[in-house]
Amino acid sequence: MIDAKKLDEIKYILATDVGSTTTKARFFKKTGEEYRYVISGEAPTTVESPYEDVTLGVRNAVRQIEELIGRRLLDEEGIITKSSEDQGADLYCTTSSAGGGLQMMVAGVVKSMTAESAERAALGAGAIVMDVIAVDDGRKDHEKVQAIRTLRPDMVLIGGGVDGGTISHVMQIAELVKSAEPKPRLGIGYKLPVIFAGNINARKPINDDLGDVFSLTMVDNLRPTLEEETTEQARAAIHQLFMEHVMSHAPGYNKLAKWTEVPIMPTPAGEGTMMRVIAENLTTNLLGVGLGGATTNLYSIVDQKFVRTVSANLGMSYSICNVMKEAGIANIIRWLPFDLSEEIVENRLVNKMNRPTTIPQTLEELAIEHAVAREALRLGLQHHKTLARELKGVVRERTMELERFRRMEEATYIDMMRIPVIVGTGGLLSHAPRRSQSFLILTDAFQVEGVTRIFQDSVFMMPHLGVLSTVHKKASWEIFEKDCLVKLGTIIAPRGQSQQGEEILTITLEMPDGSTHKETLRFGELKRIKLGEGKKAQALIEVTKLFDIGLGPGNKLETEIDGGVVGVVIDARGRPLVLPENHTVRKSRLLEWFKALELYPESFLEKVCRQ
Amino acid sequence: MKVKAEVAHAYTPGLKVQMTATVRKTRRLSTFGDVLVKEGDTVDFGTIVARTYLPGEPHLLRAAHLLGLEDDPKAVARYMSKKVGDSVEAGETFAECSLLFGLVRKSCASPVRGYIESLSENSGYIVIREPKAVVEVKSYVPGKVTEVLPREGVVVELNAALIQGIFGIGGETNGALRMAVNSPNETLDAGEIADQDNGKIIVAGSMVTGKAMAKAAKLGVRGIVSGGVNYRELVNFVGHRIGVGITGDEQVGFTLIVTEGFGRMNMAKRVFSLLKRFEGYNAAISGATQIRAGVLRPEIIVPHKELPSEEVITRDSVGGMSPGTVVRVIREPYFGAMGTIAGLPAELQKIETESRVLIAEVELESGEKVLVPRANVEIIEE
Repeated sequence: MIDAKKLDEIKYILATDVGSTTTKARFFKKTGEEYRYVISGEAPTTVESPYEDVTLGVRNAVRQIEELIGRRLLDEEGIITKSSEDQGADLYCTTSSAGGGLQMMVAGVVKSMTAESAERAALGAGAIVMDVIAVDDGRKDHEKVQAIRTLRPDMVLIGGGVDGGTISHVMQIAELVKSAEPKPRLGIGYKLPVIFAGNINARKPINDDLGDVFSLTMVDNLRPTLEEETTEQARAAIHQLFMEHVMSHAPGYNKLAKWTEVPIMPTPAGEGTMMRVIAENLTTNLLGVGLGGATTNLYSIVDQKFVRTVSANLGMSYSICNVMKEAGIANIIRWLPFDLSEEIVENRLVNKMNRPTTIPQTLEELAIEHAVAREALRLGLQHHKTLARELKGVVRERTMELERFRRMEEATYIDMMRIPVIVGTGGLLSHAPRRSQSFLILTDAFQVEGVTRIFQDSVFMMPHLGVLSTVHKKASWEIFEKDCLVKLGTIIAPRGQSQQGEEILTITLEMPDGSTHKETLRFGELKRIKLGEGKKAQALIEVTKLFDIGLGPGNKLETEIDGGVVGVVIDARGRPLVLPENHTVRKSRLLEWFKALELYPESFLEKVCRQ
Repeated sequence: MKVKAEVAHAYTPGLKVQMTATVRKTRRLSTFGDVLVKEGDTVDFGTIVARTYLPGEPHLLRAAHLLGLEDDPKAVARYMSKKVGDSVEAGETFAECSLLFGLVRKSCASPVRGYIESLSENSGYIVIREPKAVVEVKSYVPGKVTEVLPREGVVVELNAALIQGIFGIGGETNGALRMAVNSPNETLDAGEIADQDNGKIIVAGSMVTGKAMAKAAKLGVRGIVSGGVNYRELVNFVGHRIGVGITGDEQVGFTLIVTEGFGRMNMAKRVFSLLKRFEGYNAAISGATQIRAGVLRPEIIVPHKELPSEEVITRDSVGGMSPGTVVRVIREPYFGAMGTIAGLPAELQKIETESRVLIAEVELESGEKVLVPRANVEIIEE
């Protein structure tokens, strides 16, 4: 642990994220009394053959920083963590999702109750959940055993039963796990870590049954009663075991761990920490996303409930083919404003999977990746909604008025009209050449509704700041506020449907210079109004009776609107957003929208238009 | 801020295309077992080098439920005619219980041949384990055992040509190489495959068609090596969509190795000519691909003794890119083009997408000089 005195003396900070595809190094410096971001360096991750040592990738990324700022940060031992005028960093910390991140199998008694709580706990700790086993999951026992046997998880989390309840069902689950004998993914001949977080009365029989076969850890019950879910202890145990067992078997991590005093954190855990910080500081509901190469991580904070999901096979490089498989090629192509056959796009996406570190060189290639990103995010949110819901098994008092609302809650409590803030991070979003691109990708994928502010990680450093915040909150927050969080702007999107060309919305904006800006939009239109970062405008939004901007159909809304690097975008395309079936009409609509937001260079859009 | 003229090492992943190399293959069990050969032994393609016994499939029986003892799972043991550790035959009744003064008889029979592994007093479950399954690891390549990894396997060393592909389907196999086309830009269609290709590894040019794959499987071809393949045709042939890049377990009749990428892709000339050079030789191939942690690429290993072995490429020499390095462009708009590095400007440059990236100046085989993001070239290790 770093003491307070030493924290005060910290001037230079180096942080890395060892991603599945790229290792990203970020360098921060204290100037005067405040900490600021200085520079980045990036290099391919070297967890794989022939390197099989993550520290090589870290060295390469850090070397770029050295070269760019002329400061020595590396020596033969690793990172120089004693700084002087021209060398070293006072603090080094890192997150990691390389080598497939943390992969877990979870089990519980009832699929929609304790098994779901176990899944939430594992996802909350930043893990990828490979399978969820439950007594009632619809599979026969031998099928479950077969499924467990074929998995090679990093660890297993078992929940089940309320405290004091029957233990026979949770013992059935333990029997399944024991007889299947899952083997750890990394390392040979060591005991697989198993965490038991179920009925406390089952601890002894669980220990008798599993103690010899697995490395067993007991933590508080995830569901001590049906009405409660306590995942904190399980999450802490997962993090500890991640460090002790998983990381120590991943190539080069033992070396990397020696370079830093701060425990290595899984990337989604770092990202999630910062998402919570934003929600706390803005005192609002929030939906955040980390769109990575292998995974898509979704974070929601709704009425103070924090849920994190990691969609293991949705991503922009390693997992790009799986996005195509899950979404269907037609759903990807529907976002392209130009003609390209399904076959060509399919081949290009498999080629990207095969060469995951390549980047688009042409605008056509960039647009294809943006189309895939929309689908990855859409599917990620779909997955997130299956877990962002009220606890099942809770007995509630029913009233007629509440009945309808309660049913909706059981499906998911994510209602885009109640999400006023969206935050995006990850390589594709942070590196999008134009900020309007990430703005529209997030809007289209999540189909935001009402009045929503959109933020973006400037150069992808949220995981870095997340792990930094565990030891130096002040530095983390200062850098985050000033250099990380880019305010893209505000989107105004009423819910409802109409005929193409019908007038549906009028907005009157009192601009910061005292002028008034009034716009009337027809159904299907998208319009951008420039309002810079830090600027605010007073808005009166009037909608027709078929549309809802947050206060019910036809009701007007007066509110303050925040500007950003993209500005204010009025989205009159309707919700849910339906793309025209007709190929020619759809392309022409996409072109109109892309032009409205200056999404790609004009010359490119004109060329596409002429096709 | 000071910007130095030098750039960091470009650690670009490369695929090996080596005429002569000392290839070392580690042959390892997935769990501890017995190593059957010793250091210095000579092994062939099919020599078994290590063996282990994996626990057989477990079968869970809800014994308490079957015996009507749900409320008292501890009582199950009393009604068993065999104890934990005893062997049982398929269909053999090993526990019986009579209820209601003998009016109702309930019993528990083993679904398989095996042994009673455990009985849980808490859940009333019984686990019947099938007999152990033998798992053997073959040498895969002919050569000399240079190292024994105690209880795990061996390292086999040989002199061979080594070509890595980009994507494969199917596992390890071997067979004689046959060039089924005359140039690297020709398509392999069903007409080019004949009965005598049974047991062989056949080489295509820019593409192998779906019909050719179907015929090859039917005629018992062991492997196909091709520059490209159409994703859709491959999916139709394999029978499922490929989502995650982890392959090798497919049972489609032969092993497919794609050397360049998906779509019509002329096979790299040096790959084609190397395969041609060794036509008729027995080769070991594996389609196993893992585009994830511990990346694994499909490979073609052609053992030969004709030339002295070159120095083995070590990790340190992998990935360094400098003017003159032979590269392949691996992204549109020049996908598949081969060339040499003409320059590596240190400054970031704006490309068509408006991104500012490190670029490489590449002189293509056609003589044309093009600018390509450095991330979009791969080194051809020679």
